[in-house]
Amino acid sequence: MKIRVVIAKPGLDGHDRGAKVIARALRDAGMEVIYTGLRQTPEQIVGAALQEDADAIGLSILSGAHMHICPRVVELLREKGLDDVLVVIGGIIPDVDIPKLQAMGIAGIFLPGTPMQQIVDFITAHVRQRGLGVGL
Amino acid sequence: MKTAAETDKQRWEREVLDPALKKAPERAGSFTTISGRPIERVYAPEDVQGIEYQRDLGNPGEFPYTRGIHPTGYRGKLWTMRQFAGFGTPEATNERYKALLAAGGTGLSVAFDLPTLMGRDPDHELSLGEVGKCGVNITSLADMERLFDGIRLADITTSMTINSPASMIFAMYLVVAEKQGASWQTLSGTIQNDILKEFIAQKEYIYPPRESMRLITDVFSFCEKEVPKWNTVSVSGYHIREAGSTSLQELAFTLRDGIEYVQYGIDAGLDVDDFAPRLSFFFNSHSDFFEEIAKFRAARKLWADVMRGRFHARHERSWKLRFHTQTAGVSLTAQQPYNNVVRTALQALAAVLGGTQSLHTNSLDEALALPTQEAATLALRTQQIIAHESGVVNMVDPLGGSYFVEALTRDMEQGAKAYFDTIDGMGGMVEAIEQGYPQKEIAEASYRFQQAVERGEKIIVGVNGYVQENEAPIPILYIDDTTAERQLARLDDLRKTRDAAAVARALDALRDAARAAPSRGSSRDGRTNTMYPLLDCVRAYATVGEMCDALRDVWGEYEEVPLI
Repeated sequence: MKIRVVIAKPGLDGHDRGAKVIARALRDAGMEVIYTGLRQTPEQIVGAALQEDADAIGLSILSGAHMHICPRVVELLREKGLDDVLVVIGGIIPDVDIPKLQAMGIAGIFLPGTPMQQIVDFITAHVRQRGLGVGL
Repeated sequence: MKTAAETDKQRWEREVLDPALKKAPERAGSFTTISGRPIERVYAPEDVQGIEYQRDLGNPGEFPYTRGIHPTGYRGKLWTMRQFAGFGTPEATNERYKALLAAGGTGLSVAFDLPTLMGRDPDHELSLGEVGKCGVNITSLADMERLFDGIRLADITTSMTINSPASMIFAMYLVVAEKQGASWQTLSGTIQNDILKEFIAQKEYIYPPRESMRLITDVFSFCEKEVPKWNTVSVSGYHIREAGSTSLQELAFTLRDGIEYVQYGIDAGLDVDDFAPRLSFFFNSHSDFFEEIAKFRAARKLWADVMRGRFHARHERSWKLRFHTQTAGVSLTAQQPYNNVVRTALQALAAVLGGTQSLHTNSLDEALALPTQEAATLALRTQQIIAHESGVVNMVDPLGGSYFVEALTRDMEQGAKAYFDTIDGMGGMVEAIEQGYPQKEIAEASYRFQQAVERGEKIIVGVNGYVQENEAPIPILYIDDTTAERQLARLDDLRKTRDAAAVARALDALRDAARAAPSRGSSRDGRTNTMYPLLDCVRAYATVGEMCDALRDVWGEYEEVPLI
């Protein structure tokens, strides 16, 4: 079964180069990628994850709004019983925020210059194991 | 010995090169620019055959301006050192401006935060966490007054990077000038006001393309009468390049956007020579040194040909392409950030050799955060060293006549014309955007580049080569949430103290103007040119969000179909 990933651009920022490149890299690596497009609220992102039965959510945030958006996404996932959805973030994240993001449950934090393959490998290794081979 | 049918270059290849290659082959891999353009080993007279000096280059200050728009180059006047800055509250940014001017900066350039850029007030749900983060937050005229407190607008030029709400922010600037007693007739500066590249690349659009173009032609006709020295659009390739385009795509899409603005201005009943001289351009200067220089030179020639040949502009001022340059933010690395000083210096040098009119140099810490004061000062010093120590300002277009630079300039020109034909064939740039054409071209190019980096075909020092473990962190500027709290409190206060009825009346008049058919020509009809009701909205202290919402009521919002 293919890994299903929602790639989202939360907030007001429109710089989507990173989101689009990583969406393509994940797709080329054999994952099912759902790209939400721009300016998604945490509610819309979690809604997309629920509807698409996603295994992982990738957030692209360059604007500095991550400390507001990430807690809200994690909280909403919990409310909807989607605790097992892997959440990763890519973007410009100051060092001081990294431990806080990890503590709230953001599994992977990818800074500028991260190779695409590293992100593919991380998601593959850390998504929930489901189906256990059935339907592969 | 040279045989009859052989060029000198072919003879050299046979007699000198081939034996040398047999003894010592060249390094593995391809020799291409950062945009993937193959580059030959050596360029010779054969490679510039067909280029005629007067027709294709011209002396500096002469059509087609390939060698520059001024006969004296930088011997007359150095470029404007204009450092883009903005963060947090208007007061914090005001302080930074005063420091930049004191350090020898010669113009201001305002960076707005995302809520301002997207026409949202700080209390909108999408503004969560964004207020004051990527730039300064401007909610109403009161903030604009704080931003320019103690800075005489009559004495400086200001560039404002604002697009969808360009008219609103411009109106605010004009009212601040009015209150300072500065005459609009002599006021000078730039609003970016380039919505096409927002649809293509940066994606800070609000309204659909055609309604957005209406706002821009309204600014053309307003400025022609009221603010004749203002640069009404800065047609921008910068963001197209940052989004991952090649150098050629940046050149082609930017100039084709310029053509679109001119066509819409003419279609709105304006005389081309009345507004074209106030269009300026904004390019990226990326890391591939000669490709960038060729891009700048080709841009001048292409624009001169388009303005004279396609639009029959009669005035020389309409033919001359003036441009601002910013070094490539996307080339900066979070790893080994001091390397960024070197990258920026090389990119800035390319912009100067390309003949830029003004320049922003990025700071070394910008892959990590907005720049610290120290990093911003070092970036400005980089320009000053080029200007005063390198000697490259002593002559005009020092690379003119280089076989390589001239051949590459011609290649860029021809490549751009091929893109013009494709886009013309679609009906124009608005139509091409609606079909997703430039967006797709850029996404392809950016993915190709990323793959080349992953395969190690392109080396980025410190990222996929010469990597260093355990780097010590550098000091960065951290924007906390006090700006949001302060701007929210101010907004609350403003809504309680201003004349609510006057605000409502002004916003109604704005909606009426938007509903009306646009005025034709340079009419001063205050009912249909959106600039006039916007000025009244601003004077009544309507917020950016309220003004943008009034137009959202009439025109709706654009939503792109996301493509990956």
